[in-house]
Amino acid sequence: MPMLGIENSIMDDSNDWRNAAHSTGTSIMAAEFDGGVIIGADSRTTTGAYIANRVTDKLTKVTDHIYCCRSGSAADTQAIADIVSYHLNFHGMELGEEPLVEVGAAIFKELCYNYRDSLTAGILVAGWDKRKGGQIYSVPIGGMCVRQQVSIGGSGSSYVYGYVDANFKPNMSKEECIKFVTNTLALAMSRDGSSGGVVRLGILTEAGIERKVILGTDLPKFFEG
Amino acid sequence: MSVLCPEIPTPGFSFENCKRNAVLETKGFALPKAVKTGTTIVGITYKDGVILGADTRATEDTTVADKNSEKIHYLAPNMYCCGAGTAADTEMTTQMISSQLELHKLYTNRVARVCTANQLLKQYLFRYQGYVGAALILGGVDVEGPHLYMIYPHGSSDKLPYGTMGSGSLAAIAVFESRWRPDLEEQEGVQLVRDAIAAGIFNDLGSGSNIDLCVIRKGSVDYKRTFDEANKKGVKQASYRYPRGATSVLSTRVVDIEEVAVQRIEPERMEIA
Repeated sequence: MPMLGIENSIMDDSNDWRNAAHSTGTSIMAAEFDGGVIIGADSRTTTGAYIANRVTDKLTKVTDHIYCCRSGSAADTQAIADIVSYHLNFHGMELGEEPLVEVGAAIFKELCYNYRDSLTAGILVAGWDKRKGGQIYSVPIGGMCVRQQVSIGGSGSSYVYGYVDANFKPNMSKEECIKFVTNTLALAMSRDGSSGGVVRLGILTEAGIERKVILGTDLPKFFEG
Repeated sequence: MSVLCPEIPTPGFSFENCKRNAVLETKGFALPKAVKTGTTIVGITYKDGVILGADTRATEDTTVADKNSEKIHYLAPNMYCCGAGTAADTEMTTQMISSQLELHKLYTNRVARVCTANQLLKQYLFRYQGYVGAALILGGVDVEGPHLYMIYPHGSSDKLPYGTMGSGSLAAIAVFESRWRPDLEEQEGVQLVRDAIAAGIFNDLGSGSNIDLCVIRKGSVDYKRTFDEANKKGVKQASYRYPRGATSVLSTRVVDIEEVAVQRIEPERMEIA
């Protein structure tokens, strides 16, 4: 099964293109800045040791102002995102206005918690609403839901917790925040074998989303020993 | 045991063989493995449409079960779908979704979209959690233009400009990675898809026999069944048969068969009274 991240690495019989094992992976992140949030992800999807897609878009639209970053099983996270998108847009039509980010996060949590025994999904829900501005909610594997100013996820994230703690500042400018997210993801991708490809960014503000792609050749370089 | 006091068997599952199987496994008697099917299926988008390709070998373990199987399935007039994995699952899934798409077309009075087919297929496969073993390449042209999707057995899907699946997918993707580019002409696209399938047929034991192609443009489809035979048998350059009289006759003896008398025996009448 295609996964957004690492698994039992070597190609053995139980790990071929048709029945690869469940496990988490990827490098995804989201950070609040002055005026909204920036979401980012690498672009690698793997099936065992094979890269099934090197240009994946893990930043998935839920509503115009709410997006999610997906990590874990590709099938599970795509299905969850589709279902949440349906519920939230329906809620938006009944409400007559843009749904709140916390409502979106609550629906993600509800599904992830209720089906926690059969799902492998680590999701970051990010968006902008007029009540609380830019927000990030982390919904990790067991179905917890917690708001954070900055959040990282996927197998690549374990390499960059220190970098994030050392470099994140509340109320950064947009340019400063883009640089921060790009650097963090580039560092994660260079240390994590199941992350790689290009960096995809999304800048969520009152105006909606602005998408950016940073090609592998244009990624910032750090110590390469 | 008596009629008044019958012996009731223990209810529930019996796990008595689990221990035995574990012991057998430690002694080197491995459990039977699941059957894996080999295939090469590919798809690309080109200037004004999509091209799908497939080999025609169907396998059961190491045996070739069908030398000319059809792996490009019909979905709608503007959509076709290559299938890898369990043959029965790819066949039945595509047939069922094809029927749903036809009804959807009649209900909406519009040409069905490729994204609709993708959604129907992935939701069906997700429901069966990978137990319906169908790996599909969905291609088609609708009002939005040409589209190509890769759909995996567990229910995830990717939208890509080109892709391959099946055991021969590595050989085929190598061809695409070196030669695919945006806005290919139809002729170049057909040649590229042919070469990708040929790479699968020649380098993967699970793939073989012929090449099937399907070109889908806006408003027309060219289903090229047996577009090419990748492994054509060569014509013998000379005859290796011995000419008459090549072996000299050393001696001859003619033996007469004795005359045999044939005696007819009348069958006896059966007693009916």
